[in-house]
Parts: sequence; structure tokens; C-alpha cells
Amino acid sequence: MSQDSVKRDRPWLMRTYSGHSSAQASNQLYRTNLSRGQTGLSVAFDLPTQTGYDSDHPLARGEVGKVGVPINHIGDMEALFDQIPLDQMNTSMTINATAPWLLALYVAVAERQGVEPSTLQGTTQNDVLKEYLSRGTYIYPPEPSVRLTTDLIAYTVEHIPKWNPTNVCSYHLQEAGATPIQELAYALSTAIAILDAVKASGQVSEESFHEVVGRISFFVNAGIRFVEETCKLRAFGRMWDELTQQRYGVDNPKQRRFRYGVQVNSLGLTESQPENNVQRIVLEMLAVTLSKSSRARAIQLPAWNEALGLPRPWDQQWALRMQQVLALETDLLEYDDLFEGSHVVETKVLELIAGAREEMARVESQGGLVTCIETGYVKSELVQSHTLRMRNIESGELKIIGVNCFEETAESPLTAGEESGIMKVDKRAEEEQLTSLRHFRSNRDFDQVERALELLRAAAIDGTNIMPPSIECARSGVTTGEWSEVLREVFGEYRAPTGIDIAPLTGGASEALKLVRESVRMTGTELGRPLRLLIGKPGLDGHSNGAEQIAVKARDAGFEIVYEGIRLTPHQIARAAQEEGVHLIGLSILSGSHMELIDDIFTELKRIGSADIPVVIGGIIPEQDAEHLLQNGLKAVFTPKDMDMNGIMSAMVSIIRKAHGLEVLS
Amino acid sequence: MQQSDDKISADLAAAVSEGDRSALASALNLLDDQRARVRSQAAELLALLQVNQQFRDRHLIGITGPPGAGKSTLCAALISVWRKRGLRVGVLAVDPSSPISGGALLGDRLRMQTSHEDDGVFIRSLSSRGQFGGLSAEVWPMSIVMLAGFDIVLIETVGVGQREADIAQLCDTTCYVAQPGSGDSVQFLKAGILEVPHILVVNKEDMGNVARRTLAELRSALNREHPDGHWKVPVLATSATTNAGVESLADVIDEHHNALTTQQTLLPRRRRYQIYWIHKRLLEEFGSFGIERLGGEKKFLAQLEKNQLDLFQHYESLRKQLHKI
Repeated sequence: MSQDSVKRDRPWLMRTYSGHSSAQASNQLYRTNLSRGQTGLSVAFDLPTQTGYDSDHPLARGEVGKVGVPINHIGDMEALFDQIPLDQMNTSMTINATAPWLLALYVAVAERQGVEPSTLQGTTQNDVLKEYLSRGTYIYPPEPSVRLTTDLIAYTVEHIPKWNPTNVCSYHLQEAGATPIQELAYALSTAIAILDAVKASGQVSEESFHEVVGRISFFVNAGIRFVEETCKLRAFGRMWDELTQQRYGVDNPKQRRFRYGVQVNSLGLTESQPENNVQRIVLEMLAVTLSKSSRARAIQLPAWNEALGLPRPWDQQWALRMQQVLALETDLLEYDDLFEGSHVVETKVLELIAGAREEMARVESQGGLVTCIETGYVKSELVQSHTLRMRNIESGELKIIGVNCFEETAESPLTAGEESGIMKVDKRAEEEQLTSLRHFRSNRDFDQVERALELLRAAAIDGTNIMPPSIECARSGVTTGEWSEVLREVFGEYRAPTGIDIAPLTGGASEALKLVRESVRMTGTELGRPLRLLIGKPGLDGHSNGAEQIAVKARDAGFEIVYEGIRLTPHQIARAAQEEGVHLIGLSILSGSHMELIDDIFTELKRIGSADIPVVIGGIIPEQDAEHLLQNGLKAVFTPKDMDMNGIMSAMVSIIRKAHGLEVLS
Repeated sequence: MQQSDDKISADLAAAVSEGDRSALASALNLLDDQRARVRSQAAELLALLQVNQQFRDRHLIGITGPPGAGKSTLCAALISVWRKRGLRVGVLAVDPSSPISGGALLGDRLRMQTSHEDDGVFIRSLSSRGQFGGLSAEVWPMSIVMLAGFDIVLIETVGVGQREADIAQLCDTTCYVAQPGSGDSVQFLKAGILEVPHILVVNKEDMGNVARRTLAELRSALNREHPDGHWKVPVLATSATTNAGVESLADVIDEHHNALTTQQTLLPRRRRYQIYWIHKRLLEEFGSFGIERLGGEKKFLAQLEKNQLDLFQHYESLRKQLHKI
């Protein structure tokens, strides 16, 4: 049968979430990826850019170019899209708190390329609400943050009509432990919060408001339970259709369509036997492609080695090829919806919808999502779900191949070799970025910069749309740090609830936990007071799931816990450890900046006279780094491989005992 | 050995009085330590700080109230006012602990720091550890050590009932933060479950009518003098989010301190609690038989009252005596 005779659907947009080191290096990578058949760009920014700091800010130390590309000013943005014509590109930017700023830079670069900004196509993630629940790159309090979100939406609907101004994210909720029902409920509640705010802002006419609804898109996660995930996406589509019609009176079915992009689950990717992640990723991709009526518009896949460190270009190519094989080799795109008429799927969809409705009502009765973020309700619910998941992994009820069953393995050729199968960021990247930033700063028109920043401040204070003065700032050579700082001065900074104050889970303690408890209690008695543990997240990395789970577990094991959430300086951590008289400091770092940050914490501890407190770390730490850190005085390194939480607890007890000259318990 | 222990305590006491943060942290660890040998060192330290003579100008303040009343944010706002007035602030934050595992989640430190570079604030969290009527037994000696290093020592506790009774006796000045819209505070006060505080605060003034109604209810319920005498209990409204009323609260807290000093009741008050604490501690450790061995409650208390020397040392010598028996 000839291929031509069959009508095939057009494949989805294929992207790879990428960016690292510098604008120049990332530009190289993008052009390579495009030449390999990638059809859109997905820009990863580094943490300083996401949290509004220039590369030379003290908090940025060690983070520059690590999880994405550093963008300080229009020069960087121009270099990032060098020889990539923006009028032909569909660019997705994972950016939230500083989304108006990065879009402003994108517009200014388009102007310089001679591209009419109104023709630009792409997406700004611009969903700051989920940052308070997961991921953690928020800056300002929820209220002004939502205002920035609505300003960007109102601006693009009028001036850049093909832009997707907001990608409501359920992705990160799943990473934080959300069940499918929670994912549905909180993502849709987020969309409601944003749309209500746009309406209340009065910036958009009744007619254009329906346009706004039509431009809202979603960024969804797909986990390994792929049948349930397919049902979840069908539920999403139906609930969104109903909600936009009933709540916002949108008549045009096209504007009510649930449009979404996907990155499949990273939470379930394992460090042990990492090759298994390939089949996990493929199966997860099925969840968002099998059903035509709820198929993703754009897909980006993680690389198989994400839990080990940064993926290399080859790893990313492999991820892209998975998509190409499914879309172009198989017959998937030749069929209508495969599940239409399936009673089994329908029953599951209805069950999910019912559960999600119930939870949405609960959120609404408590004052809506923004209030539930401020009170900590949603965060605690997520921590609770994640704790349950960890408990099920521990008990073996939830099977993870290579982690809690079938652990034996032959030696893997994939992770052998000098690089150990991951990418190394060039250490000089940060230094080069700082030099070029200083050069840029000293070569701009200061008066123009000052004037632009004053316009920005005025708009921030009087409530006029933030986009026009931001674009003026971009043209004038303002930096990311300067833009964010003006808004910090006007709006203030925020710390979100940590959510770890959940009640201990019901059901008895396992034998292993009882043993750990006994050793915690006994060691406390021997040392004269209960064991105290400080859990710290230094740097700008906001992925706090691990820290939260350790905090909850350690509390259940009998430790007294000091945990203060994300984004602490080494100075704050050292000082809190001293003031609180803790026996051990546990750090959690996933952004790759562990070498610098741990060095700084040791220095601070020494300076204040508390160098005797033992320090351990958990996170994505490559083996070579771990060896180096252990030689320099770190007491233990825990990585995603260490799924046995009771084991981590006993290890910490042993370290405390050793530090105080007590015999280590067998 | 004894010689070097003395030296350690002396050095530590000197450093604490100078406000050395590292020494303060070690001193607090020392007081928390339940090992017999360390307990004697702790007693030494407390004696060297000359608890009975000094800290007249220092102020020990308790903030308590039900969960959700906004205590932490109010404390933060107060700390900010005191720092602007040039006062150094030490905080003891008491959190509940799990009765099963003994574990606890401590503190709300970041909210209370005006700036993380500020050396004028020191926060130690404590878990209630299920003893001593909800307040960790270490709170009293720890607050004494903190008074040696700070102008103001703030104790924050959560809950309704026994804990308030404790904190009300332990602190020079007790503020109760009521939850707007909850009639509980008024009921508890009337029923005598809640020890009458020196100052009543309705936080979250921004809640409007609800807060105003609670305010009115409390004012009518408390239109009288404090049982301690010479102090009419003020009922204040604050909003920690807008900072409204926080300056006035700081002023009223200061007025109460002045009243205690001019009436010369500050030091007797502290001494009274110290005796209460020693009594309770010995009862806990040795039971009523222990108190009998010391000649019975009446004689034992009279002895403590008469004692012009340091009570903490007296306490430690009583412990030693009982351990020998």
C-alpha cells in the first residue's frame, strides 16, 4: 500500500528543552537541533535569569549557565537568536516571574532583525502560581505576580495576537507529587484565577476576552501510568470546554479547545539502570499522542540521563528521534480517535472529572487558588500526596524497576567512559559571561537606562500595563537584574509556605522506621538532647520536593527539624545552624551548583566558629563531584539512587554519632 | 576536670554577656543538655550570669495565642520596630512535638528576620517535648541566658490552655493574640481557662467588622485590672500586614515594663517564677518523695524564699543532695 493514499494527520511540534553556558553556545545548539528536524525552539533559562538577577549578583554564584542560558540584556538575547529569523520561528520560553521582561527582550530583538513584532509566534510559560507550589522561581508576592501575568496577556492579545501568553502548568504539580485528580483541579483553578484577574483588570474588552480564553494553553505532564494519563487528558479537554462556556460564556468552540504542550515525567526517571528511562519516556509519550481528540500540540521529551546530570547533544538527539519514529514511522497519525466508544476509558474519565470537580469546589470555597497558595493549603496537599508516593515505593507497593525490584544489572556501556555519560558545563562559561556583562554595562547610555527604569517604576506603581515600559527598557540596555530590582522595590519579595507541616500519615510505622526511631532517640539521650537537623536549600534552585520529603521523614523518625524553604544564602544556612544548635546540616541542591555552594557554606561555618557541624548533601551530584566533595570534608552524598529513606535516616544518625565520638550502631 | 569545667563556664558567661553569638549558641546547647555532668556546668553558668542582680532594664515578653492568629507575622513586625529603636532581640519560639516519634518541625525563622545580615536578632526554636505543661522545661533558664545578651527576649508559643498559664507566669509581660471572629478567647477568659494576659491583641485588623466585633467583646470582658494589680489590661488592634498598631503595641509593652520597674515588682516576679520552676523541676525528677526528703514542701519553699544567693546554684545542690540519697 502506498503511503500517499492514506491521509495522515500533521505531526505535533517537536522540541527539545535546552539552553546552557552562554547565549553563543546555546545558539549553536539550537541551530544544530533545527538542522536535525526539530520544528520549534524551547528555551531553558538559567536560574539567575528566572529569578531576576544579573550573572554577577552574589546569589547567582555557581548558577550561571547551569540549568539554562543566562540572559542579562538585549545583547545576550540577540546572540541567542543569531541567524535564526524570528518571523519563521515558534519559540517557547520557560519563564515566569520575569516573563514580561524576557518577552520584551524578544520583541526588541525582533525589531532589530527587522521583524514586525505582531507576527511573532511562540509561548511564554508565564504561570507564576505553580512556582509557589513547585519549582520555586517566584519573586514577588502572589498578587503583584498575577498582575504581571495579566499585563502580559492583555498586551499580547492586542499586539502579538499569535502569541500564547500563558501556559498554565500542571506539569510541575505532578513533579511535586500531584495525583491526576489534583493535577486537573489545581491547573484548572489556576486558569480560573488568571482569567478572573484578566477580567477584573479591565484591560480587555468583552470581545477580546473571549480571544484571551482562546489563547490560554496548558503545559501538561504525562506519567508512566499511561492509560490513566490518557484519560486525564480527555478529562482536561472536557472540563475546559465546559468551564470556558459556563463560567466565561465563550460560544466559539474553537476558543474552548484544550490546547496543550507536554514534557513527560521526570519524577519517575531513575538514576539506577538509567537505560530503562528510554522505555519509560516512550510509554509516557503514548499517553499524550494515542488519543486523537486529546493529542498534544507540542512535545518535548527529557533525555534518558536526566537523573545523572546534564544531557549531551547526542542524548537530546535520541529524545527527538523517539518522537520522529512515533510520528513518522508508525501508523498512529492515520486514525481517528482510538478510544471513542470505549466504556472502560469513559468510566475512568468520568471518575477523574468527578474527583477534580470536588477538589475545585474545595479550593473555590476557601477563596480560590491564590488564597489557597497563601494559606499553604494546596502545598500541604501536594506534600501529603508525595509522601504517600514515597511510602509506597518504600514498601514495594509501587514498583520501580531497577530501584526497588530487579536491582541486579550487568555493567552498562552507556555510563562508562570518561564523561560518565553526561555533559560537563565549561567552567569558563560563568567567567566569560561576567566579563561580557561588565563590558555591556559600561558601554550603554546611562541617562537612557535611568529614564527607562523610571518609566517602569511609574507603571509598576500606577498599575498601567508593564509591557510597553519593559520593551523600552529592553531597547535601552537595561539588565535583567535592574528590571527585577525596580519591581522588587515596588512589590516586595515573598516566601511561600513550605507545606511540610502535614500530619503524620496514618497507619503504623514499619519495622525499619521503628528501628531508626529507636536509634534517633537513643543517640539523643547519649548526647544529652534530642537530635536536631537543619535542612537547607542554598542557591536559586527551587525544586524542593526532595528537601520536603526528607524533612517530613526525619520528623517522623524523631528528629527536630529546622527547614525554611528555598533560596537561602550560605550565610543564612550557617547562621541558622548555629542559632538552632543542630547536630547535622542536610543540603539539597539540584541545579548543578553544588561545588561552589558547598564551598561557601564550609567557609561561612568556619567564619562563625561552627565548623564542627557535619554537613551532608542530597541532589543530582555526578560521581566525580561526589568524590571530590567527600575528600573536602562533606560527610555523605545522597543521590536519586538512594530511594530508601530509612537508610538515609540511619546514615545521618551514624554521621552524628561519629562526629561526637560515639560508637556507630550496627 | 572540675577546674577546667569552671573555666569553661566562666569564659562562656563572659562571652554571652558581650553578646557573642557563638557563645550564646553553646550556652543554649548546654542548658538543653540533660546529662548529669553537663547539668552542673549549666548551673555554674547561670550563677555566673548573676541572674538575681541584673537585667532589670531587660524585658522578657511572651506572645501566645491560638494557631492562625498571626503570631509569627506580629512578632516579625514587633522585632522590626524594636530593631529600628536600636534594641537587640532574642527569640525563643516553642513548637509542638509529635507525641509518637518525638520529632518536631521547628520555627518560622525567616519571617522574623528583618535582614539576614542583622546581628541584632537571634532565634532559637524549641519543641515542647511533651513536658512541663506544654512549655519546654528549658525555656526558663534559656530565657535568662538570652536576657544576658539581648535587650528584649521574646517567647512565642502556640495553643490555648495550660501553655498560656505557664508563659503568663514566666514572662514579665504576656500578650495574648486573639483570633478575630472566634469567640473562644472570650469564653476561655470568662471560664478562667485562659490566664489573664497583660495585653490583649486582636491581630488582622484588616479583617474589618469581624475584627472590630472581637475587639469589642474582649474590651467588655476585660474591663478590669490585672490580677497582679496596678495594671489595667489594654486591648489593642494591630495588622501585621499593614503594620498598623504595631508601634503602639511596642509602646504599651514598654509601658508595662516601666510599671513593673516603678512598682518594684519586676525582680520579685522573676524570682517567684524561678522558685516555681525549681519546685516543679524537682517534683518531676524526684517526685513528692524527693520533696519530703528535703523536709517537705513548706520548709523547702521557705528555704528558697529566704535564700539571698543564686537560686540556680541552690537548685543544683538540692539535686546533688537528692541523687546521693
